[in-house]
Amino acid sequence: MDNPLTRAEDFFKEDGIDSSKLIGRSLGNRLLTGLCIALSFAALVPLASILYLVVKNGLPLLGWSIFTQLPPAAGMTGGGFGNAVIGTLLMVGIGLALSGPPGILAAIYICEYEPGGRLASITRFTAKLLTGIPSIICGVFAFAAIVLATGKFSSLAGGVALGVLMLPTILLTSEQALLGVQRAYREASYGLGATRFQTIRRIVLPEAMPAIMTGVMLAVARAAGETAPLVFTALFSQFWMSSLMEPTASLAVLIYNFSIVPFEYQVKMAWTASLVLVLLVTATNVTAQLVFSKKH
Amino acid sequence: MPDATTTLPRPAQAGTSPPGEMPGERPIISVRDFNFFYGKNQALHEVALDIPERQVTAFIGPSGCGKTTLLRNFNRMNELIDGVRHTGDITLAGRSLWDPALEVIALRRLVGMVFQRSNPFAKSIYENVVYSLRICGLRDRALLDEAAERSLRGAALWDEVKDRLHESALGLSGGQMQRLCIARAIANRPKVLLMDEPCSALDPIATARVEQLISELKKEFTIVIVTHNMQQATRCSDQTGFFYLGKLVEFGTTAKIFTSPSEKRTEDYITGRFG
Repeated sequence: MDNPLTRAEDFFKEDGIDSSKLIGRSLGNRLLTGLCIALSFAALVPLASILYLVVKNGLPLLGWSIFTQLPPAAGMTGGGFGNAVIGTLLMVGIGLALSGPPGILAAIYICEYEPGGRLASITRFTAKLLTGIPSIICGVFAFAAIVLATGKFSSLAGGVALGVLMLPTILLTSEQALLGVQRAYREASYGLGATRFQTIRRIVLPEAMPAIMTGVMLAVARAAGETAPLVFTALFSQFWMSSLMEPTASLAVLIYNFSIVPFEYQVKMAWTASLVLVLLVTATNVTAQLVFSKKH
Repeated sequence: MPDATTTLPRPAQAGTSPPGEMPGERPIISVRDFNFFYGKNQALHEVALDIPERQVTAFIGPSGCGKTTLLRNFNRMNELIDGVRHTGDITLAGRSLWDPALEVIALRRLVGMVFQRSNPFAKSIYENVVYSLRICGLRDRALLDEAAERSLRGAALWDEVKDRLHESALGLSGGQMQRLCIARAIANRPKVLLMDEPCSALDPIATARVEQLISELKKEFTIVIVTHNMQQATRCSDQTGFFYLGKLVEFGTTAKIFTSPSEKRTEDYITGRFG
């Protein structure tokens, strides 16, 4: 019996194919696969080292009192940053409430109602422009629109700044999520006599929801860590907040303030605040994924 | 059962047609001087035909000949595409499909559709079947249950799924999914059921089941089926229309089309000489 391998090579020879080149091709394949794996690990390095540093430096001060007490005065030790945690949650919440519904609804309009229309393309183009705007400009905008108008630095102004920042991300990722829903689902629904609204509400949105939520979470994560828009708008506060219309502490601004002072304890607290920020974002992310993941 | 929100006369129920009238004697769908355009591209030229009630009518022809385009006009699904227009008219039970008083959502309840690739929703089997009733606002559990069982039995799927109605429809086999889509389409009790190559993605056994189902369903529904499969057209249709380059070349009883076609092109196509 002939060796089947030699026979295969004979076949190649008949077709004018040099079988030694085959070895070169499969070697190239392995080389590039290895390169991809190596570079994937390389991409993990910055992420892992950030996490390592934040956990290592932030963990010592992490405790329950962090969430229940107010920041220490300059040079003092002890205390926490409960007001900053609340401030961040509140301002991201305001931002989300202001940008989520219009962002998702605009994406629905663009995708489902008038995909090739003029208003749709203007909206899409504007959203793309907005993603490129530096976050500090959002802060200046909210400063002009809210702070100057009301005469006060406030968490409301901070929330508006974050909302402007989140809007384009939510709009564009929701659009992608809706585009990802198969045409066959829409046709099936229309074919059964559903209206456009019913098709969107019962078929398209549930199908796109996990991807939409991923986009919303991306926006939330980014907004939670933004300092620049808040410096202009919410400023900072050493105290518990009592209304929406007063300067309000936030984790991002606290990290910024405490990391540049010459007191060791404050710097340590900035690390802890970073850790809390990372944990908060991760927790919201995981919860959202659990709640909105596909049931089937 | 909720009635479709339409003033169209309801079809006579199966088996209750007036004495002396054989099913299939009067046309339920009539196409007259019908031209259809995708933008500047004319897909149908002067099509005219009558589809008899409670029979199976098959459209055959090579790809791009316009048979699916015509089928998708019967429930105005083509209008989901931008830049389409038509001239001429199609009537359902004597009434124009474009009659302003006939809402398109009512039309689609009267003219159901089964697609080439089965497209069950990512919902449970039960929710798939009762979807068309839910969107009409039907909430009565007993009525929904009854409709689900009737439709699944009608689609010869009941025995296979009755113990897992509330499991995801996406766990079914390809053939089961297509029968689920048929069950979903007949839950509306449409007058006409459009089938766009319903077996093209199915294996021979599943195909045989669906074909058997078609001959069962025609007792109650008028069926229009687009198929690439000549044998399928001969096996399960009563009337056949042969389309070529956007024109209806020949239309007649399936027996006549497949044994003694009047047109040379029809003969060439069904004997496999082109297409």
